[in-house]
Amino acid sequence: MTVSSDSLNESYRLNVNGSDREVNDAWVGESLLYVLRERLGLPGAKGACEQGECGSCTVIMDDRAVCSCLVMAASATESRILTVESLGEDGRLSDVQQAFLDAGGVQCGFCTPGFIVAVHHLLDRNPHPDDEEIKEALSGNICRCTGYGRILEAVKVVVRDRAPGGVA
Amino acid sequence: MRPRSVDHLLELLADTPEVSVLAGGTDMMVEINLHGRRPGTVVPIGALEELRHWEHHTRLGTVTIGAAVPYADMETGELAELVPALAQAARTVGSPQIRATGTIGGNLGTCSPAGDILPVLGALDGVIHVRHRDHSRDVHLSDFMTGVKRNALRPGEFVHSVTVPVINGWQGYAKVGTRNAMVISTASACLVHDADRGHVALALGAVAPTIIRATQTEAWLSTRVDLRGSFRVSRETTEEFGRRAASETSPISDHRSTADYRRHAVSVLARRLLERSAA
Repeated sequence: MTVSSDSLNESYRLNVNGSDREVNDAWVGESLLYVLRERLGLPGAKGACEQGECGSCTVIMDDRAVCSCLVMAASATESRILTVESLGEDGRLSDVQQAFLDAGGVQCGFCTPGFIVAVHHLLDRNPHPDDEEIKEALSGNICRCTGYGRILEAVKVVVRDRAPGGVA
Repeated sequence: MRPRSVDHLLELLADTPEVSVLAGGTDMMVEINLHGRRPGTVVPIGALEELRHWEHHTRLGTVTIGAAVPYADMETGELAELVPALAQAARTVGSPQIRATGTIGGNLGTCSPAGDILPVLGALDGVIHVRHRDHSRDVHLSDFMTGVKRNALRPGEFVHSVTVPVINGWQGYAKVGTRNAMVISTASACLVHDADRGHVALALGAVAPTIIRATQTEAWLSTRVDLRGSFRVSRETTEEFGRRAASETSPISDHRSTADYRRHAVSVLARRLLERSAA
């Protein structure tokens, strides 16, 4: 398989949300963000800075949270990719998504999918983060509306609810 | 072309030397997304298992790190204990998302004077293992970095791995930027105290076209303080150490800072690192 040239001649397969998806007639320089949104019909990851500063395009790739704008899609054929669309079950919101809504951690909403993915990733690895750990894990996600206080609160609600004796 | 192995990669590079080698992509994709770069043929190396490992050679007292090892893997765990300055530098790179993707090989490929891993390799006298289908060579950072974002790689070559010594003594990395997270260095410094050899090495980033070693300052300190084992220094000595380090730099003024501020930042970083190493 070639990854070459300036023309729309790339064809490859990506594993996204558990399914193998065909990508055809693509350009080699396309980011994973572009391919997810424009070719695979998954617009959950948002494009803003296109340089890894804002985190609104965050997806999980091989159990790591990454900026999909900085991943060359054609190089990700060996990876398992999970997007925000995969997090809720049967069309319902995940506990993190619900907590963001309840705590007022969503205002304009543009950064929200990236935060949701980053928080799921954090809590999968560390179910009981302290404030500093939460802040460091979310340091690559920028929100211009909330001031972060309500986002921090939402994460703490999930931590509490997922603990034994919590509501989850 | 997508290489199946390092040998296959070396064949591809020897046959088509004009290709772009893609490591994590955190630099190349910015150039593509924002600066109009149109890569011709791209060879991604991130999926090659051989390049995603690091190894501790206990007998040699060294650690060898594959080019595709991401910063996140250097931040914690055994590698962080063996080479603490590397862990500190890795933790200052971008955001968690960037650190999950960006690699040590990519830092060397881009070769920015603000590259966070590079002062660590400079202070540790790390060796860069460069491979070609027909030869291999080991290059020190001072020979590898030839200018701003320029390196000594020749057609058909690529960075396979890096070896650094495990050193008995304090080591640390510090940088100045506009904030704590998501920041490119305005000035950076790595100090390594080799307690067995009785030497302090100081490497500086973002204050010259390449990473530089403050060799005159290092030599001055050696004449002033016995650096074998643990040592103590006076405030006067740490301040003079900082001043001398700043005088060895040749910074520029640009959108990130002025030359004067960079010199001042180096004097503060060098002083603080020496204080910590002596504490």
